[in-house]
Amino acid sequence: MDKEIMIDVKGLRKSFGEQDVLTGIDVQIKKGDIVCVIGPSGSGKSTFLRCLNCMEDPTGGQIFFDGVDLADMKVDINEHRRHMGMVFQHFNLFNNKTVIENIMLAPVQTKSEEYRKKHKSLFVPAGEKKKIVKEAREKAIELLKRIGLEDKADVYPSTLSGGQKQRVAIVRSLAMDPKVILFDEPTSALDPEMVGEVLDLMKDLANSGMTMIVVTHEMGFAREVANRVIFIADGKILEEAPPEEFFAAPKNPRLKEFLSKVL
Amino acid sequence: MSGFDKKIDRFLEVFINSGGYKRVLEGLENTLIISIVGLLIGILIGTLIATVRVVPKYKRLPRVLNAICTFYVELFRGTPMVVQLLIFYYVLLPLLGIKMTGVEVSIWVFGLNSGAYISEIMRSGIQSVDPGQMEAGRAVGLSFATTMRLIVIPQAIKNILPTLGNEFIALIKETSVVSFVGAADLYVAFNYIGSNSYEFMVPYLVMAIIYIVLVLLISLMIRLMEIQFAKSDRRK
Repeated sequence: MDKEIMIDVKGLRKSFGEQDVLTGIDVQIKKGDIVCVIGPSGSGKSTFLRCLNCMEDPTGGQIFFDGVDLADMKVDINEHRRHMGMVFQHFNLFNNKTVIENIMLAPVQTKSEEYRKKHKSLFVPAGEKKKIVKEAREKAIELLKRIGLEDKADVYPSTLSGGQKQRVAIVRSLAMDPKVILFDEPTSALDPEMVGEVLDLMKDLANSGMTMIVVTHEMGFAREVANRVIFIADGKILEEAPPEEFFAAPKNPRLKEFLSKVL
Repeated sequence: MSGFDKKIDRFLEVFINSGGYKRVLEGLENTLIISIVGLLIGILIGTLIATVRVVPKYKRLPRVLNAICTFYVELFRGTPMVVQLLIFYYVLLPLLGIKMTGVEVSIWVFGLNSGAYISEIMRSGIQSVDPGQMEAGRAVGLSFATTMRLIVIPQAIKNILPTLGNEFIALIKETSVVSFVGAADLYVAFNYIGSNSYEFMVPYLVMAIIYIVLVLLISLMIRLMEIQFAKSDRRK
């Protein structure tokens, strides 16, 4: 049986003013997929990823996430983003929060909001709040143990190395139990010796069955971990294939040229 | 310098025996209340306006709010504080039928006025925070307002602390105009002492010293806060 479709992108277009960055993207992401997106810089691959959770509002087309069209401006995008984690090139940890607060923030806020909505009250009673915070803290500690940084729980992000920051950023998105995680060049801002620890965590996630869409320049990671690789150039998908085929027998001339430069 | 000694004696006579110190204490209290509460109101209003001004403006409501805020800021930056005090006290409040003491009016006018200035300070503070912070907040599903309140504004305030200190200092000094609406501040107190001792040199000198000491204390406070913030950044 075919795996269920999680994200279905139809005719996605994005322009910044006069400039057309994406000119019609159609792609389907299934549950458990590990999709790597590669392409020359300025090709629109990051824009594509950022459109998926509407960090950039699409100019046209549709993005169905579990059957809901996110490109429709009437959709409560905050609600859906909670199920789509995102990891950034520059980590973007909250600078004014400690490591553990970074991880707990979204779960605590979301649960409190759900409580307020459910009980139609303006604030959450102290006892309930305590419970929410306790649960979030336990989960956060568990996540920090998973990446071996539980001793860093109470430090501020500025004291961490780049690799540590990115690993914290990844578990921050995990704290919301997302259905899919979007990675926007997660290792591009790292010193070479720290790339490995981040890729290892991502492999670990992939093995646990997480659905992942990864914009990357790490060809080794794409080849080893992805089950599909997408080549974007000039705002279009020019090639989409399993990694063996993608790297060994590229069909598109632009992809051949690109691979000859990077491999 | 025997003449100066006499002046000091006359000053002390009124200051101590005729209850001048009570007036000075009252004036100091009013000066501090007007500037501190005014500053707090100003920070609140300034933060709200700055937030409205950085909201993405695709829809109509943010655009309308933005226009109102722009009008407000230009209005309060475009007129002197004294004029604002007089208009509130002698025009607006009587028209609205509201009774307020001079101090109360001053607090509100100082708050509204500094709100206009602080909104611009706060806006630059918000813009100095890495846009990635907002993106990260939105990406985990927090609303614009929640991300602003919990992540961006605390970092913005840290960045603008020295400038906010300047604003506070400016407010303290500007309280010397509230006597226009009958509020008894430091100036009124020392003026009283001067008129009652027929001698203005010493009272005005002492007044200047009190202002300087106040401002120095504020500078010190801000420096301590900055050090505190810097520490919490690098806490192990």
